[in-house]
Amino acid sequence: MTPDYLPSWWPQLLTVLFAAGVAHAAWNNAGPRALLEEAGSRLMLLWAVFACLHHLPKRRAWLLSQVRSAAISNLYVVSLVGVFIGMIFALQAGIELARFGQQDQIGPLVAAGIAREMGPFITALVLASTYGSAMAAEMGTMAVSDELTALEVMSIDRVSLLVLPRVVALAIVCPAMTVISDMIGIIGGGFVASAQLGVGWDLYLDSAITSLSGLGETFPVPKDVFGGLFKSFCFGIAVALISCASGISARGGALGVGRATSRAVRDATITIIVANYFLTWMIYR
Amino acid sequence: MNASSKKPVVRISDLHKSFDDQIVLNGLNLEVQPGECLGIMGGSGTGKSVALRHVIGLMKPDSGQVEVFGREVASLSANELRALRRRVGYVFQEGALVGWMTVEDNLALPLRERGKLSEPQIAERVAEALETVHVIGAGQKFPSEISGGMKKRISIARALITRPELVLYDEPNAGLDPEISRSINALMREVSEKLGVTSLVVEHRVECLRRVADRVLFIHEGKALVDDITASFFQPSHPRLIAFLGHDQE
Repeated sequence: MTPDYLPSWWPQLLTVLFAAGVAHAAWNNAGPRALLEEAGSRLMLLWAVFACLHHLPKRRAWLLSQVRSAAISNLYVVSLVGVFIGMIFALQAGIELARFGQQDQIGPLVAAGIAREMGPFITALVLASTYGSAMAAEMGTMAVSDELTALEVMSIDRVSLLVLPRVVALAIVCPAMTVISDMIGIIGGGFVASAQLGVGWDLYLDSAITSLSGLGETFPVPKDVFGGLFKSFCFGIAVALISCASGISARGGALGVGRATSRAVRDATITIIVANYFLTWMIYR
Repeated sequence: MNASSKKPVVRISDLHKSFDDQIVLNGLNLEVQPGECLGIMGGSGTGKSVALRHVIGLMKPDSGQVEVFGREVASLSANELRALRRRVGYVFQEGALVGWMTVEDNLALPLRERGKLSEPQIAERVAEALETVHVIGAGQKFPSEISGGMKKRISIARALITRPELVLYDEPNAGLDPEISRSINALMREVSEKLGVTSLVVEHRVECLRRVADRVLFIHEGKALVDDITASFFQPSHPRLIAFLGHDQE
């Protein structure tokens, strides 16, 4: 609750100040021109992806291949991280709730926390660090070995051929993996609830599912679940876009590819965290 | 018709290009006539590849003009540049084949992207291209699974598959042993004679240009120092060219 002496909008003010601080630090570190150029090139890439969305039927083979490799290669990581996030969350919240004899409330708490925040957030981070970095390295290698120039010389639209399938693939895979992560996380929380907090499985699952069934006002769909999936959709697009943009801009052989890869993971992580706040504010205010 | 009365396919006039403080091209002039194969020779870092990149519109001149098919490349819109590039084939130093596509898919890619041919027609054109460059049975392999010489052949096939009017070769002998270099040079000559395409070859190996070029231009300090027909070029009188060729001529 906001203390009386602070205005109701102080969290937003704090966020803007924090974002300004981060931007200032980045500005000083990379230089204003480089920062603006990078931001501009990513926005232009996003625009170029939207502009060639109608090429998607032609790219369905590459799209399916990207979806398959993004999903299959990361499923076990997302599942493993998801189950432990659920267990940690349940344990932390459960210990506190148990002090007030409220451990029965663990189901709704874990379900809402995972569906709203932890599921989309952790899934996006896993995809950024695994698939996003691989994507940046692949594009970076193509850039430094003249493959991208070769496409340009052949008048082949590299955004349509390379970036579009990757962005759409992660826009599909990220929410799909989030659903899996949410389910596994809630089940992981259930293990802790039943084994360590003495809450029955039936009660835990019933209360968790009931809490997730609440419909939104604007859209009559379960708000916590779909709000989380919408975030995940945005994160997927951001991760793919940042990874592709970093890879495309790689210069200078293996060293350049390495730099592009680490830049992709760093920028994707920062973007996920900052965007998460604003999306949460937009969906749940 | 006399070759000199035809309109040149490529005309470079007073081309200047610098990178920071380093002057790479300092008033380069050259012309390539239709059907001709012009070799560009020069030491490392003399701007041979930079000149080639201006021809295809990958770089913009600091000053001077680069005309291809009578159009000034630097003043073309994005669509016009794409249209111009469709008339040109480019063979990269390292091949630049797309690593995650098979050889056949690499060759089919420019045809598929243009969308004018059906899949059976594309398959036929790919088979024909592989035959032209004398590569049999490697269609389903990935670039990482074939040798450097074969990559270069596939790269030539990819440049030719769209039936371009002009082919640019960027150091086609780079990284190849003498035997494979000879076979690549023979292939380039064969392609040039059989298909009648205009070619611009950047290379510093004497043997390559002696074999494939009709005329050779020597770049020194960013300018064309000697421009002569191949036979005369390799009987040099200019002291700088004698110094450059000296070792190879012996």
